[in-house]
Amino acid sequence: MKLHRVLALVLRHLYLYKRSLARFMEVFYFPLLDILLWGFLTIYLQRFPGAVPGAVSFLLGALILWDILYRSQQGISLSFLEEVWSRNLLNLFVSPLTAGEFIAATMVLSLIKLSLTAIVTIALAWALYGYNFFLIGLALVPFVANLIVLGWSIGIVTTAIILRFGQKAEVMAWGLAFLFQPFSAVFYPVSVFPPGVREAAWFVPASHVFEGMRSVMAGEGFPTANLAWAGGLNAAYLLIALAYFYSTFRVVRERGLLLRVGE
Amino acid sequence: MISISETVPAIEVRDLVKRYGDAPAVQGVSFAIRRGEIVGLLGPNGAGKTTILQTLLGTLTPTSGSVRFFGLDFAGNREAILARVNFSSTYVSLPYSLTVRENLGIFARLYGVSDPARRVQEVLERLDLADLADKWYSHLSSGQMTRVCLAKALINDPEVLLLDEPTASLDPDMADRVRKTLVGLRRDRNTTILVTSHNMREIEALCDRVLFLHAGRIIMEGPPKEIAARFGDADLETLFLRVAREGRG
Repeated sequence: MKLHRVLALVLRHLYLYKRSLARFMEVFYFPLLDILLWGFLTIYLQRFPGAVPGAVSFLLGALILWDILYRSQQGISLSFLEEVWSRNLLNLFVSPLTAGEFIAATMVLSLIKLSLTAIVTIALAWALYGYNFFLIGLALVPFVANLIVLGWSIGIVTTAIILRFGQKAEVMAWGLAFLFQPFSAVFYPVSVFPPGVREAAWFVPASHVFEGMRSVMAGEGFPTANLAWAGGLNAAYLLIALAYFYSTFRVVRERGLLLRVGE
Repeated sequence: MISISETVPAIEVRDLVKRYGDAPAVQGVSFAIRRGEIVGLLGPNGAGKTTILQTLLGTLTPTSGSVRFFGLDFAGNREAILARVNFSSTYVSLPYSLTVRENLGIFARLYGVSDPARRVQEVLERLDLADLADKWYSHLSSGQMTRVCLAKALINDPEVLLLDEPTASLDPDMADRVRKTLVGLRRDRNTTILVTSHNMREIEALCDRVLFLHAGRIIMEGPPKEIAARFGDADLETLFLRVAREGRG
């Protein structure tokens, strides 16, 4: 792995973000709308008798954390799609750049992207609703790390699918993460799921993170078990995602699909 | 005295076979290209030119056979070889929202060029692109884009240049300038060039030798004028038309 090649690819995308309105909106505009929508909704719900105590904290905290996962995945998938859209993929892979360096660069980009988004959403939640995201405390670090890694795994799988099936699979870049959302217990506890779904939900690392977040907010202590499960599952899923990516890349080379990804 | 490195072919392909399922794309192709040689890869559509180029670049895995650059096996030395090789095609592009200078700078870094800014300036001047350096790639004409892609292909001062129809979208004046650039590269840097083109006059003017492909096999090879004469044709274009239509030399 050569750092100069990873940084070259990161630089290529930073140039793009500097002057692309679409990319700017993706980082700032949509997260802003999310915060406004969910913030006002939670304020409205608080007016009803018997409202969930601390609903604003639960929902806004969950929203910010979910956005971290989503931006992490998008950082990988959209960076790949940018190369497809600009018909630059072949130029990259006939250079000494390796597939591993490409993935490493997209991981760095996803960190940059989600950091910018998180700064905006956290600042807005504080300014508009007085919600201090950092009240979650030290547990925030492993929560965020686990969501980033899950986002990477989904992003890597999405990239492999688009590599294999071409631009007709592009919708996966926007849709695949949302497939996990209903089963990740983002806005409600795992206990609301019917039997069967409940057990399956525990195999989604994000379920452990969001359950953990709620237990921290409810003052139930540091969720060690949740974090251990999330960490273990994430490590396994990241390895599976990388194995799938490399095996797809081999198939793509065997079938000469790299030339046709943009079709 | 000639050193061993000069006698080793820049490119050596042996018994290359590529099949897609049962369909053969390349059937046992072998050739070697000396350092500093300019070779044309010719043939009608579907003859196997792109398959061979993509195999040489490692974006396509051969079914069997071997590819060597500078005496090194490609499969075990991909990164080291690709750092000394480059490629340009009319059918690939560069990021649209970056300037010409930014695009070339990115590729200079990807290829590990030691002073990217200086090298970018050198290449821009060599290809008469200095005036376009700070323009967005998307604002260029198709001919200018083609020349910037060629500039990308020169960014690492490659020992081997693989070109897929490098003048396809250029007007005659620009195409002539590009050909002169390529001849200059061979003269000044002893660059080895393998080029595909459907412009037979260009091939005659540029190449020392041509490899004529049909249905995945090399059916003839030699200096352009010589092989046309060998088969009783006035020029390469007449020979090409006959091969494309009749499938034989």
